[in-house]
Amino acid sequence: MENPYLPYPVRIESVVTETEDRNLKTFKLVFLNPEDSEKFVHSPGQFAELSIAGKGEIPIGIASAPTEQGYLLFTVNKVGVVTTELHQMESGDIIGVRGPLGNWYPWEQMEGKSVVIIGGGFAFTTLRASIVYMLHPDNRNRFGDLTVIYGARTPGMLLYKDELVAWEERDDIRMHITVDAADDPQWKYNVGFVPTITQEKAPSAKDAYAIVCGPPIMIKFTLPILSDLGFPPERIIMSLEMRMKCGIGMCGRCNIGSEYVCEDGPVFTLAQLAQLPNEF
Amino acid sequence: MTDRIIKKADLPALLSRLMDHYRVYAPVRHQGMTNFQEISAGEQVDLSLVNTNLSPKSLMLPQSESMFEFTLDRTSDQVGVLREIAKNFSPRIIFGIRPCDAKSFQLLDLNFDTPTYRDPWWVKRRQSTTLIGFGCNAPCSTCFCTSVGSGPFSTDGLDILFIAAGDEFAIQTVTEKGEQTFSKVEIGAESSDATADAVLSVQESALRLMKSVVHSENLKDQDEKTLFEADFWDEVQFGCINCGVCTFVCPTCWCFDIQDEVHKGNGMRLRNWDACMFPLFTLHGSGHNPRAQKLQRVRQRFMHKLKYFVDKYDVGAACVGCGRCVKQCPVNIDIRQVFRLMNDFKV
Repeated sequence: MENPYLPYPVRIESVVTETEDRNLKTFKLVFLNPEDSEKFVHSPGQFAELSIAGKGEIPIGIASAPTEQGYLLFTVNKVGVVTTELHQMESGDIIGVRGPLGNWYPWEQMEGKSVVIIGGGFAFTTLRASIVYMLHPDNRNRFGDLTVIYGARTPGMLLYKDELVAWEERDDIRMHITVDAADDPQWKYNVGFVPTITQEKAPSAKDAYAIVCGPPIMIKFTLPILSDLGFPPERIIMSLEMRMKCGIGMCGRCNIGSEYVCEDGPVFTLAQLAQLPNEF
Repeated sequence: MTDRIIKKADLPALLSRLMDHYRVYAPVRHQGMTNFQEISAGEQVDLSLVNTNLSPKSLMLPQSESMFEFTLDRTSDQVGVLREIAKNFSPRIIFGIRPCDAKSFQLLDLNFDTPTYRDPWWVKRRQSTTLIGFGCNAPCSTCFCTSVGSGPFSTDGLDILFIAAGDEFAIQTVTEKGEQTFSKVEIGAESSDATADAVLSVQESALRLMKSVVHSENLKDQDEKTLFEADFWDEVQFGCINCGVCTFVCPTCWCFDIQDEVHKGNGMRLRNWDACMFPLFTLHGSGHNPRAQKLQRVRQRFMHKLKYFVDKYDVGAACVGCGRCVKQCPVNIDIRQVFRLMNDFKV
């Protein structure tokens, strides 16, 4: 019997500090056993439990796409016991990964449709996985227009800066990078909150899905704008966070009503969330 | 299946014979409480209490369970790698379990043994355990098993059922596993008509003593959000002090936490009982807490048992009517009253 609680051992291959406050780092992980790597097959939107022996586990969205073979990326905000320990670790250190867990963005339904990705702050991790996945030559023609609206407080707080610049230069993805404020006179992108920029750029809702991840305040003001643009609740996709332990629907803490965020989520449509008690 | 009888006086000898083949767990009185523990002699068993103070869930889901071990010694090539721990899953018997508690294991199977994931420790303990139940001749005033799909002599979830009648135990085998137990150990003589009559009479009198009735037939059709937003939760939660004793004694409260413990460079990952009554249960790293208020936590417990579980599995409520929470709540919150409020609720 497979033990669903046993993490796969992985080695930290590299660590990148993403943001100017040094609170966000991206960890590139490589499986110690090649057969574990083959078992770990994920879709963008899923998460995994990162395990540090002696500290515990944390549920983190998978930032790499399944098209990126041989490693996994996780961008981790330093918040509590496990993440603080992880931030002190270096390449060569051994940790564990358990997953992939949860559901994923509805790739089957989005096939042939346009996709609008709206992200704020450090909730851009599984959105990065999604963008990399859709931009892959095998996948790009499976989707219509691809629009990205991504905001952070300052230019230095944006994740994956090199990739953002590279995506800006492509003609098969429309990028709208924005910051709340910039004191850099060289800043050549947008300034303004994500909801404002969404309204300004007004991505078409025709045959389109919107995937929205960000802080609660961003979500609160972005949803009505998407609604005004004509996105029905069934085509507004969100990913939720909850305190989790098991990640497999057994330990009982991450439910919203009868749904467990770890197993039935973390991805829900706005239409699904409207059916659930308001407790998240 | 086979019906047999033994003299009550012969029970310790029978248990001793069973101990040649099984580890045997049974109710034992210790420091003023009667609870399940492994016995080393048949005489230790105490069947005098209607039900044990704690439910037997710890026999399937220990209050603290070692999941994995690891070393933090950086000179070891295994540093930081979690390893499984060998455990004793040899055959065992739980003797004297009440039908309500046996049903709780069936309900928890739905959570721990699923088509997607199987909790290995739960599944192995279930597989290695034979349940010998003990019928309830005199239910408590707080018992309501007959309202939630069980009963004082229900054989659901049991392999063998013992019923006390006069100076005998009437024994019913229920499952193949129970039959196998019979084949290993000689258990009593063939039953007689007189015993059958005596059993009928205790069964009838037990049902007469069962005074508590709750209704749950409307729970499935009630709207989840409407129940969630109902105003009666304010009244239900008013006296609650979030002590968590209800979850501690409840046979169907299974929630757990996972924690690492380290001593001198070696450590273990542990699974410990946890409870929705505690604010830490849902506290995010960011400080946000979806159930920061007492009302939200009390509502979660009852909504989980009487609505979310009902909707998810369609086998009724996650409650077996044992009445432990009713008896042990320090502020007299009564799940039977919450059944009524939820089942009868109209906007």
